[in-house]
Order: sequence, then structure tokens, then C-alpha cells
Amino acid sequence: MSGLGTNARVVRALGARSIRQTFRRPQLISPIIVFPTLLLAIQTGGAGAGINLPGFPPVQSFLQFMLAGSMMQSMMLAGNSGGIAFAVDIEMGFTDRLFASPIPRFAIVLGRLAGTAALGLFASVWFLAIGLIFGAHIEGGIPGALLATFLITASSLAVGGIGAAIALRSGSASVVQGLFPLVLVVLFLSSAFFPQELMIEPAKTIAEYNPFSFIVEGVREPIVSGIDAKQTLEAVAAIVGIILLGLALSASALRHRLRVG
Amino acid sequence: MPAIEVVGLERAFGDVRAVQGIDLEVEEGEIYGFLGPNGAGKTTTVRMLTTLLLPTGGRAGVAGHDVVAEARQVRASIGVALQEAALDPLMTGRELIRLQATLQGLPPAAGRKRADELLERVDLAGAADRRVGGYSGGMKRRLDLAAALVHEPRVLFLDEPTTGLDPVSRKTIWEEVRELNDDGTTVFLTTQYLEEADQLADNVGIIDRGRIVAEGTPETLKSEVGTPHVELLVGEGALLEAERVCAELGRLLPSKDGERVLLEVAQGAADIPRVVRALDEAGIAVESLELVRPTLDDVFVAKTGHRLEGEEEAVPV
Repeated sequence: MSGLGTNARVVRALGARSIRQTFRRPQLISPIIVFPTLLLAIQTGGAGAGINLPGFPPVQSFLQFMLAGSMMQSMMLAGNSGGIAFAVDIEMGFTDRLFASPIPRFAIVLGRLAGTAALGLFASVWFLAIGLIFGAHIEGGIPGALLATFLITASSLAVGGIGAAIALRSGSASVVQGLFPLVLVVLFLSSAFFPQELMIEPAKTIAEYNPFSFIVEGVREPIVSGIDAKQTLEAVAAIVGIILLGLALSASALRHRLRVG
Repeated sequence: MPAIEVVGLERAFGDVRAVQGIDLEVEEGEIYGFLGPNGAGKTTTVRMLTTLLLPTGGRAGVAGHDVVAEARQVRASIGVALQEAALDPLMTGRELIRLQATLQGLPPAAGRKRADELLERVDLAGAADRRVGGYSGGMKRRLDLAAALVHEPRVLFLDEPTTGLDPVSRKTIWEEVRELNDDGTTVFLTTQYLEEADQLADNVGIIDRGRIVAEGTPETLKSEVGTPHVELLVGEGALLEAERVCAELGRLLPSKDGERVLLEVAQGAADIPRVVRALDEAGIAVESLELVRPTLDDVFVAKTGHRLEGEEEAVPV
């Protein structure tokens, strides 16, 4: 079997399976939508006056500021859930079915990532809708909303690649699940939930170099003030870097899995 | 050209040598039974032959392609149903077969048609839209088998396809395997059930601790370890007389407990009337008479010095 069309069909079919799997298993969809939505509601309701702190960047509302963080959280947990689901596939032998088929093995990983990216897209639309319903303005208008959605979707692909690589390397759902707290640490050490300007050291410096800060600012900017080319490019560069890292780790983990069986 | 050709195949996991240089050949259209206890190296061998695991030594070809250098071509020629039916419990049977059809490169319309045919063939059409998690063990195995057949493979690998199944489900799988073989599919079947290998296989390879210890047709292997005999239990005090009468009919074999007479019968069941008549004429009352044929277990014991593990789990069909 060869041909781009056939491979594209395989990726689409595996992506569709990945999405169905997520929606049919509540423990996978819950961290992606329910948990970040609750956190958004609690933070917005409880810490809304934070925008009045000296040094807080100018925003219309705390909800408007938080939308990018919630989308990031949802996207990262989608990547983590994708990794868990992939590891479950390995544990129950389902990936053997895929590996024993005459398809390029990267298509198997791409199929999983396509599903994760679709979940990222769903999450970004979900949070933008929530923001709009509860009165947040999207300052960049429709192009700004589309840019934020694109960046989150691409980030899901990038983070999903890391999750897939860890799943392939470890073959254990509990190992991937164990990364859940790490996802939150990485997020809290970025500007996802709190402006970098108001952080204290060493969190401030870590957040300054955290690639997820570049992504979150790239997503936040079109929401709170409008599209900014520099921040968009920085976000894209961070996403590309993580994608390349994920691909390299996945390729190495795939080879490892074939060696160890 | 053989459907499967293996020369000096090895696989080590660190210091553990799971497969230690095996050689085997499976002809086109044959059912090859790969028999051995748990941990003997059966699954490791299948995983290498299906390109899921790289060998650490030797070489193997399937359907004329090398499993390492031409792995993609091998995968296009084979169907695989691995141990413990690797199915997603959240998918429906129909979704799984259609996904498998896509993986095998069938166009969407052909994949849908093939899925319907296969679900009908394995008697799962009525359950096709139910989630696999609700299927019984037998239904899962049949679905797994159907998925392996989606592209009409030349060579089918079945890794312990009936382990843990009830007798009825086991018999259904056997019938399906026979039908597939009648259609020309070469079948490589691993099993720890002696009866399964005996019933299905044209040729049997017995593997123990990573080495093939015997190979041949079931009949040849069994004839190598002995001939059929009758085992007689006679009334009290008649043992010596029964031995005398039987000695005139054929060769006596040593009795394990000293309470029975073991008489070799070259023609098997056809010799029984002659034995019964002779004992009756001598006025010897027979309490029980059993025709005993060598089994593959006897072959296994003869070749390895121990019995096949897991056979006690076997449920006769």
C-alpha cells in the first residue's frame, strides 16, 4: 500500500477513532473540558479583582485575560490524555494491530496526533464561546479568534507529540498519567494564569524562558489587544520547536519499541 | 517457494535467549501448528515473523519477503490475530473491521462491503453495532479473526486463538480455520493445546525453551514414540493368565502399576475383537479395556523430559 491519499485516509481514520475514544471514555474528556472550565469559573469569580493590581496588563476583564490560560490548560491536558490513550492501546495490544498493518508507522503516530489536534480545536472553540457568552471581548475580532484557535490547535499537535513519545517509550498508561501534575507545574511556571510582570523570582525568570509562555502570549494577544506579529511569530517558533522535539522523541521511541517488542 | 522460511532465528532479551536459533519451513496452503508451553518462545517467534519484533540473529522470510528488509511487503501479505484478542472495547465490531480495512488500504466502499461480509461470516452481524467491551470471549476471538482476514491474506498467523475459550467457541474457531485453509490460506497457529495441534495441523513444530525439539506430521511424531496398545484390567488372580494369553497375540509392554496388561496392537481398534475373543475363550473376565494411542503429549515428554504446561486447562471438544 502506498500513496499520499491512502496514508491520509489512515491518519483520518485513526484520528476519528482517537476522538471517539476520548468522548466515549469520560475520564479522558473530563480533564480536557470539565476541569479547565471549573478552574476558569473559580479563578474568574474569586480572583477577578486581580486586574486592579499595579502592573497588571491592561485588559477588559479577568475572564478575558484568563481565556488563553484555560485554552492552554485544556490543550496540554488533551495532549496528556492523548498520551494516556496511546499507552492504553500499547498495554492492551491494540498498537500491535496497527504495527502489523502495511502502513508507515509514522502514520500511526500522526493519526493519534490528528485526534489530539482536533480536541485542541474543540477546546479553543469551547473557551472562546464561553468567553463571548460571559461578556469577554475578542479584541482581534474574527481574525484574532481564528489565530488563537490555530495556535491552540497546533500546540495540541506539539504537546501530543511529546505525550505520544512518552507513551511509546514507557508503554505504560500510569507513567503518562503521572505527568499530569507536571503539566500543571509547567503551566503555573508560565504566564498562563498570572502576568509575568507580577511574578517573583525564580518563577519570573523561568516563565520568561518557558516556551509555553511564548505560546500563551501569542494566544492571549489577539484576545486582549489584537494581533501582534512579533508575539505570533514567537508563539509559532515555540510550537515548531516543540513539534520537532516531539517528532524526534517519537521516532526514537518507535525504534525502541520495535527493538524491545 | 515456502510460505514461511526460518533459518537460525534468534531473539535475546538481555541475557535471556527467548528463541535460540530455530529453523522451520511452512509450505503454501499448510496449517502449521507451533506447539509449546508458556514461555517456550512461541509468541516471540510469531512477533518476529509478523515484523513486530526485530530478530537478534538468523533470518526469516514470509510470503517470499524478508521480515526485516521487506517488512512492509510482509505486512501486506499477512493477517495477524494475536494472543488475548487486541481489540478496543470502546469500538463497535463494525468500526473495528472498517478501521482494519482502511489500514489494509481498501477503498472506503470496498471496506464497508468487506466488513459486512466478514461480520456475517463470523456470525457477528447481529452484534456488529455493539461495543466490543460487551462481547463474550468467543465473540472477541471471532471478531479478531475477521479483522485479520479483511484483505484476504496469503498467510495467517493465529497466536493461541482458542486459549481460554469454552469448547463450543473453540470448535467454531477450528471450523473457521479449516475453511480458511480449504480456501488456500496458509495458517501458522501457535497453541499450548495438544488436541488443537492434533486436530488442525498438517505439520507440527514443538518448541521448548526457545528450541524446536521435534517437527513433522502429528502421525509421524506420534509413531516415533510408540504404537497403539490396549490396556486391560482383569479380575483378581487372572493377571498372569491374561498376560500369557495376550503374549500369544502380540508384544506386551511393561505395566506402570503391575496390575494391568499392556498389549501392543499394530492395527489399533481393529485388533480389539481378536483380543476380547481370546480372553473370553480362556475364561478370563475383563473388568476394563482401553485402547491407548500415543499423543503429542507423549511426543513432548519423549523429547523434553517433561509434560506440556497448561494442557490441564484444555477442555476436550
